[in-house]
Amino acid sequence: MPQTASLHLTNRLHIHIVLESESERERERGARMAEAVVLLDVWVSPFGQRCRIALAEKGVAYEYKEEDLANKSPLLLQANPVHKKIPVLIHDGKPVCESLVIVQYIDEVWSDGAPILPADPYARAQARFWGDFVDKKIYDCGIRLWKLKGEAHQEAKKEFIEILKVLEAELGDRKYFGGDAFGYVDIALVPFFAWFYTYETCGGFSVEAEAPKLVAWGKRCMERESVSQTLYDPLKVYEFVCSLKKKYGIE
Amino acid sequence: MAVAAVEDVKVLSDPLNPFVIRVLIALRLKRVEYELVEVQLAEPKSEILVKSNPVYKMVPVLLHRGKSICESAVIVQYIDEEWSDGGGSSSILPADPFNRATARFWAAYIDDKLTALIRALRVETEAEKATELAGQIRQVLGLLEEAFAECGKGKGFFGGDAVGYLDIALGSCLGWIMALEKGKSVKLLDAEELPRLAGWAERFLAEESVKGLVPDADEHLKIDEVAAARTSATPAA
Repeated sequence: MPQTASLHLTNRLHIHIVLESESERERERGARMAEAVVLLDVWVSPFGQRCRIALAEKGVAYEYKEEDLANKSPLLLQANPVHKKIPVLIHDGKPVCESLVIVQYIDEVWSDGAPILPADPYARAQARFWGDFVDKKIYDCGIRLWKLKGEAHQEAKKEFIEILKVLEAELGDRKYFGGDAFGYVDIALVPFFAWFYTYETCGGFSVEAEAPKLVAWGKRCMERESVSQTLYDPLKVYEFVCSLKKKYGIE
Repeated sequence: MAVAAVEDVKVLSDPLNPFVIRVLIALRLKRVEYELVEVQLAEPKSEILVKSNPVYKMVPVLLHRGKSICESAVIVQYIDEEWSDGGGSSSILPADPFNRATARFWAAYIDDKLTALIRALRVETEAEKATELAGQIRQVLGLLEEAFAECGKGKGFFGGDAVGYLDIALGSCLGWIMALEKGKSVKLLDAEELPRLAGWAERFLAEESVKGLVPDADEHLKIDEVAAARTSATPAA
């Protein structure tokens, strides 16, 4: 750095250096904070996506670690010894497992951000009920749509359409499942929006025909950055499932 | 200590159903008066059940101020939050978010693994398969034995000094665990293998909020005997 004689210039340089150090310190602080929150996950997992969306909604910086489920990291095995599954949120070294448990944890720790669960106990109960419904029903039935054939497949199709209709009825004419505010049930369900194409293609039906309000809701959710930045293109999800089918030797 | 005002709280119930027992323990912890309404689960199901739980048509259902809340885990958390201040009753879920997450994790684990195994063992008639199921149940309880040290932190319950969310989730299964040990001649909550849980079970069953809700093994076994007799009496469809 050239030596400048003028005091005036030195002051300006001094200020410039101070400002640079401050933003560097902020960057460092941000990086440290991000290190304090780690998410073990797999890109396509709708369960992991719930956590990513919740963290994004709260504006929480975190470190994302992609896991190879065929070769699980020692960190994953240590953080979730019971299930050895993703997602796992590690906050200040302490692991939290199960996606909806993680979402509630995020809501409770970063409580200054927009609330994910509503304040009223009855509304919270409704949200938890429907989050649990999504958990119990969609993924498992969805798998049967692309894994099974014949009568079992027809049954899965019937069941899946029924699930869609129940959700459609629950949503009704509301903007989101929680009403005007994007919340817990939306977060629980919206990752599966990117799977609708896969489900309807493997299932032989149209989600839009069976549940038009649900599709409209999905599109509305996609207008939120937290969702659009997290969900993958439905075709990519379909590609992924096709590769799984090949792996398992399913036609 | 003041009793919470009678607020027209009803619980749709089925005898000796562990999920129902969870709700009753929670209400008692909060000193909330309630009316127990036994419903018919076999077809044709009670109208009040179908109306208040159209999605699953199962018990328990909590009816409060004309609204229905379903799923035992959801109901217990509702009870904790709705009656959060009254009469010095303690919180059912821990205060700290990480401890809450841990309690929820293990409660979900119990619902994922233990209750299904118990159900399977209840109807298992082959001795070899029963022994296998018993082994799986002991494995699950083994993990909870370890979790007890972590959660309880040396105190009497998973929730610490007082019965909490996880105590309720697991404790509600004790009736059937003890009944099956007798009825199927298997070891489940073995005091030698699981000393912490054995001690905890004794304390849990002695609790004021639990007393009287968990009848003895014979009462439990009678239910399954009746059900089995009904099934064998009914000609195959």
